[in-house]
Amino acid sequence: MSNPTKTSQQGIQDMIESEQISIIQRITRVQALQIVLVLLTAVVIFSIMSPDAFLTVFNLRAIMINASILIVLGIGVTFVIITAGIDLSIGSVLVFSSVISAMVMGNLGAEGWVTALIGLAVALVTGAAWGLLNGFLVAKAQVPPLIVTLGTMGAALGLARVITGGIDLYEVPEVLVDVIGFGNLFLEVPNLVVLAAFACLIGGIVLHLTRFGLTTYAIGSNPEACRRVGVKMDRHLILVYMISGITAGLAGWMSIALYQQTSIGAQSLTPLLVIAGVVIGGTSLFGGLGSIFGSVIGLLIPVVLQSGFIIIGVESYWQDVVIGVFLIAAVYVDSRRRQKAARGSGRKPKRFQVGGAQGESGRKKGNK
Amino acid sequence: MALLEARGMVRTYGSVVALDGADFDIEAGQVTALIGDNGAGKSTMVKILSGTEQFEEGEVTLEGQKVVFNNPAAARSHGIETVFQDLALCPHLDPVENLYLNREIKRSGVLGLLGFMDRKAMRDRSVEVFTDLGATVRKLNEPVGTMSGGQKQSVAVARSAAWASKIIFFDEPTAALGVVQTANVLDLIRRVRDKGIGVVLISHSMPEVLEVADTIQVLRRGRRVATIKSADSSVEELVGVMTGKLDEEVA
Repeated sequence: MSNPTKTSQQGIQDMIESEQISIIQRITRVQALQIVLVLLTAVVIFSIMSPDAFLTVFNLRAIMINASILIVLGIGVTFVIITAGIDLSIGSVLVFSSVISAMVMGNLGAEGWVTALIGLAVALVTGAAWGLLNGFLVAKAQVPPLIVTLGTMGAALGLARVITGGIDLYEVPEVLVDVIGFGNLFLEVPNLVVLAAFACLIGGIVLHLTRFGLTTYAIGSNPEACRRVGVKMDRHLILVYMISGITAGLAGWMSIALYQQTSIGAQSLTPLLVIAGVVIGGTSLFGGLGSIFGSVIGLLIPVVLQSGFIIIGVESYWQDVVIGVFLIAAVYVDSRRRQKAARGSGRKPKRFQVGGAQGESGRKKGNK
Repeated sequence: MALLEARGMVRTYGSVVALDGADFDIEAGQVTALIGDNGAGKSTMVKILSGTEQFEEGEVTLEGQKVVFNNPAAARSHGIETVFQDLALCPHLDPVENLYLNREIKRSGVLGLLGFMDRKAMRDRSVEVFTDLGATVRKLNEPVGTMSGGQKQSVAVARSAAWASKIIFFDEPTAALGVVQTANVLDLIRRVRDKGIGVVLISHSMPEVLEVADTIQVLRRGRRVATIKSADSSVEELVGVMTGKLDEEVA
């Protein structure tokens, strides 16, 4: 009786001494730090090899713009993957919402801010509707997310083609293209990037600081535990898929602004690229682990590689090869970590192990 | 009067009769062990009383009031918690987050409405709960998944103890634990009992039951066949009653 009490009091002492965890620790707890090093290494190498071309304001601006749409998509995908789900439909939802948004803006005369903002609202609502459908099928109908979103991936793109006859829409308000697509907030900081950063900020706050975010992790970590304590699983999953739909809608609107048209045929590989980036950024496909920050870094890597390879004269297809290797490596590390965790505690508190450890070594000796 | 009384509980699964008019009593501030062979109806009884499953016939009274738990949330709202065999913890969350899973404290004001949590309050209260139980949780900011089996168990027990005002069910809490951790868990169970909570222990380990329980109720083939004071019992007697051997010998 006295012995356990003593150890437990030491435990409490440790517990009270342990500092309250900061937001920064919360973020770096994920494997994102290693990924930051990978990104920095790539940037340094390209900068050294071609300082005049790579490390220029023009090129960095281009990299950020190219990454911004992927990053916005990555926010929603991060939420989904943390719940141990997947969303393959984001590329098609992007196309579908941009088509609907462009049609509405075209019908309104394709002029002025009011039209552009109505277009934004339409894109967000359309995206949310696809997310609602995905979430409903995953949560209520219990169809695996891979199949649900594979289905809606085909359906959304198919419908977009049916609606447009497969021809891209070009009627876009000039302000949208000039200000959102090409404008800068200040100096050389593009509005598109500011928008993506703002979306990341919102996504990061929701995921890392709110009860909603914590529940998202909990569902991915152990759905059965959540069910037993009465978490409203269905509702939560539907909302998570809706977030992914909404970010796809936002990305659709941003892509209209950037390309001055819809991009019906150009998004077939987008979901795979985004999922790869999010996973490279440390979000676990098994659920319960991940961060917006990690996803941003993970999505910057392919864009930086592509830009860098072109500049140093390596065929840019190599980017796909390198990303493939990174992706497998990231999942390998994650899966190793899970196996380790399943085998038991990595750190063994010595004070508890005195008796047990002796017993074990004694047994070993006895056996041999 | 007992804290909780279950009378004439009947529950069937197709043609299998899991509970066949079983009774069960839980006393406040006591450890009540529920034992029985496989298929005797222990799990079904616990599932019914914790709201996971419903009974077909019978009556449950809590503090003299008739109650029906349609779901676990209903049981929890009456101050009844369960420590599951698999612990039902989220391995990626830390002990505080697990303790407050789905019951997070929100901040006051607008931030609270937006879903921001009062992590400091949650943490302070958790420290209180762990201290109160003498639980061996060493780090409050590390994922539970990195902790030892004993520490995980402590978190699971503390969670139930933090929220239960009346009854806690322990479903084979020591099945996966070593000697030291088992002693710790039994210690936790005693502390919970000393707070005046009715503790129900389901266990296959007779020595453990005799060590920690005040009374032992035995189920066989869906009925309660004996209520025994553990102070004047033995492993042989318990096994005898469980298997029905003792009856035959007496007959």
